[in-house]
This record gives sequence, structure tokens and C-alpha cells, in this order.
Amino acid sequence: MRIHCTLNGAPREIDVDPLDRALDVLRRLGFTGTKEGCGEGECGACTVLLDGAPVNACLVIASQVDGCRVTTIEGLAQSGDLAPVQRAFIERGATQCGICTPGMLLSADYLLSEVRATDARPDESGRFDVDAMRAWAATGADREPSHAGGVLDAAVEREIRTCLAGNICRCTGYDSIVRAVKDAVRETMAKAIQASK
Amino acid sequence: MTEFFKPSTLAEALAILRDRQDRPPRPIAGGTDLMLELRDPVRRARINAVVDIWQLSELRRIVEDSGVLRIGALATFSDLIANLLVRRAAPMLAEISRAIGGIQIQNRGTVGGNIGTGSPAGDTLPVLLAHDAEIVLASTAGERSVRARDFYTGYRSSVRRPDELIAAVRIPRRRANFAHHRKVGTRRAQAISKVLVAMRGERRGDGAFDEIAIGIGSVAATPVRAANVEALVTAHRGPWDEAALTALQLELARDIHPIDDLRSTARYRSTVTFNILRRALIGARA
Repeated sequence: MRIHCTLNGAPREIDVDPLDRALDVLRRLGFTGTKEGCGEGECGACTVLLDGAPVNACLVIASQVDGCRVTTIEGLAQSGDLAPVQRAFIERGATQCGICTPGMLLSADYLLSEVRATDARPDESGRFDVDAMRAWAATGADREPSHAGGVLDAAVEREIRTCLAGNICRCTGYDSIVRAVKDAVRETMAKAIQASK
Repeated sequence: MTEFFKPSTLAEALAILRDRQDRPPRPIAGGTDLMLELRDPVRRARINAVVDIWQLSELRRIVEDSGVLRIGALATFSDLIANLLVRRAAPMLAEISRAIGGIQIQNRGTVGGNIGTGSPAGDTLPVLLAHDAEIVLASTAGERSVRARDFYTGYRSSVRRPDELIAAVRIPRRRANFAHHRKVGTRRAQAISKVLVAMRGERRGDGAFDEIAIGIGSVAATPVRAANVEALVTAHRGPWDEAALTALQLELARDIHPIDDLRSTARYRSTVTFNILRRALIGARA
């Protein structure tokens, strides 16, 4: 079948077997930043954003990509400018072997998009405790939070770890990843607070 | 070659199922379970056709009507987490959805898929049992509802006929001033349950229960309602002393039949299930 989607901002028509894995379709098209780890939805290495939300590309059939907006790691930087999470990962050295990095970045970027989302959905409430993140950012929290970083710091860290729970880093470099995402949350939240003034 | 159908309406999907009852196709929603079968050549060979139902928006609605919460089968775990009707009427269902997989799985996995796969470790199933929920099955002949406790007939098998699709789950409004659930897994995210207990009931000021419903997962070939434990608990008066707890343990042994497998042992599962119940009941009196 032929599917239509918006892939990293560009409209695409792709011929697929409807039961192909989205992962294979993307890699065939050259988007090899989408990694195959376990192939069964455990590790998150193949995470892509489907209509803005993280999914395991190894579990999504090509048929269901029809009509969707797909973002792979190749589409995270906008016209050459790295996304806030990408800059934060570089600054914090939050990579080791790198296999989990594309998926980690896309999941973290989803957290930032939830932080930025201001449009209230009347019959739904958000998944993350954005209020705690806002309060934390407003305190001008220390850039090097100690382990005794306080209640808000713990709340923010919990939200980040929840968001990244489906991405496994077998080098176990989680601490620097969480620190990097904290930096990106702080930056994004500061901008949102600034914009609302 | 696996045949593939992509109906654009529920009626069309049901007609496909009606016409192929001799070689029933497998419905696919978010794919978090079926994709594991499709990638395995041996298991894939047994799947002659797949019907993609993900786009059937009529199966995605969550509505409340005359005291019954009706959750469309295609509601994802993320939908259950976010939806205010679910959070109000069935908070345990929203909370347990947070403990399923990670966000990627929660965005694709559906309540209907959890029911349809029917694994004894399906995490929403004990909660549905504790709510005395009904599962709505649709066919070209119309809808019928089956109580969740009557739905499974054995390991991963149910009363669903090959021409039927799981359309929704109905959660009746029932008074409950006590609710408790506990999932026991190796880690908090991305872990299949070793044991999951969900309890819901109405208790009096003195701690005695007028009503209680207990659903338990991963302790038998199907998710179970602990009917013998329930009867004991509602008949029980006074403190949960040693004699009462021994009786509880005996009734529990009649309700659950855990096995040793790669995730846990029968003994561990029995002990942990008993401990969860004991703590919840003792705590409920305090």
C-alpha cells in the first residue's frame, strides 16, 4: 500500500507492506538514527515521535503511519539549530556508546513539548506535574543541584525519570542524562515564564 | 503471506470478521502485543490475516452515561491516565496504566488489547475485575456484554466468538470507600507483573466490610476474582488476628493457583499476594 505522512517536516509518499515495521521503513529511507535494540518494545532505542508522542517504531505497523507526522532524530534540529535537549546532552556529556541517545533525546523532547503546551484540554489533564516543574524553574534552582536538592528538585527528577522510563541505557549513564534533561527543562520553562510575562 | 484488511468503519470491520469465521483474522490496534507474534516466523505462520482497527474512531470514545463509564476498546493507557472521567470514576485504572511499560507502550497499548490478549499478567484486568466491569463484544448481530469475571475460559482464551470484536468496557458506578492496588514487578517501569492485586469495597466505621471485590493477576491461568477471600472478608468481624489471617490464607489458596515461571515462583507469588491482602485489610481497620 501507499502511505502519506509528514516525515521530519516534509510530506512523503511511501510504498510499504502494511505490516512492515515503521522502524524498517524509516531505516530503508536512510533515517538510520532510529536504532533497533530489542525489537520488542522493551528498550526504546527505536523511539520516534508519532504526531508528537513517543512510540516504539519496532511495534508500529507501516499502515498506521498513514496520515501521521513522524519525527526521527534527524528531524529534531530545526534548520541546523540543535534542539535544547541536544545542546544539553552535549554540554553534560550525556552520551556513552550512543545507541540509546536518539531515543532518549526524542523522549526528552516530548517532555519539553508537554512543558510548552499551554492549550488546556478540557476533558484531560496532563501526564506530567508541570506545576512542580514551573515552581522549580521559578526558584532559579542551582545549576548543580546537590543530592539533597529539595522537594521540587526531587519532583522534577521523578517526572524526567518517568518520561525516560521506556528508554534503557545499557551503559547505565542515567545520571548525566537526567542532569542534561533538567538543564533543558529549566531553559524551556524559563522561556515559557518569560513569554507569559 | 498474511492477508491485511484496513476497514474504515466499525461496520466494515465486523463484516470482515463475520465473513471469515472459519479462518478468523487477528485484530491489531496499537500492536504492542501482536507485533511480537508477527516478528516470529513460527507464530506468524499461524496468523492468516490481520485487521487493522486502529483508525476506528468509534471505538476510542470514553463517555459516562446514566452511571456507567464506557471506555472504548481503543482507549490507550495514555488516554486512561489523562481522561478526567476515568480519573474520577476509576482512579485505579488510571494509576495502573502508569505502571504499564513506559510512555511509548502507554501511547500505543489499549485497554481492548489488554483484554483481548488476555494474559494472566495483563495489568488492567485485576482492576476491571475489582470494578465488576463488563466487556462489550460487538458483531454484525449487535452488542452483548459479558461480566469481566465470566470472560476468560482458560489461558488466553475467552468467550469472544471469532466474529466478535471487543468494543468497549463498561464500568458501573458502585459505591466504594475503600480501594487499594499493588503491582509487584522487578522494576517500576517496563516490567511484567509477578503479582498484581486490586481491591475495591465498602467498609463500615468499625472496619468490617459490607462488600469487597478483589482481582488478582499473574496467579493463575487467567486473571481471577478471589471469591473465597471475598466471602471470608465480608463475613469477618473483629480484628485480623492470627486465626483470622490463617483462615484468610486458606481461602486464598482456593482462589489462586500460581506457577513457577521465568519471572517468579509459585511460593513467592502466594506469599506476596497474602502479604498484600493482609496489609490492606489490617490497614483498612486503622
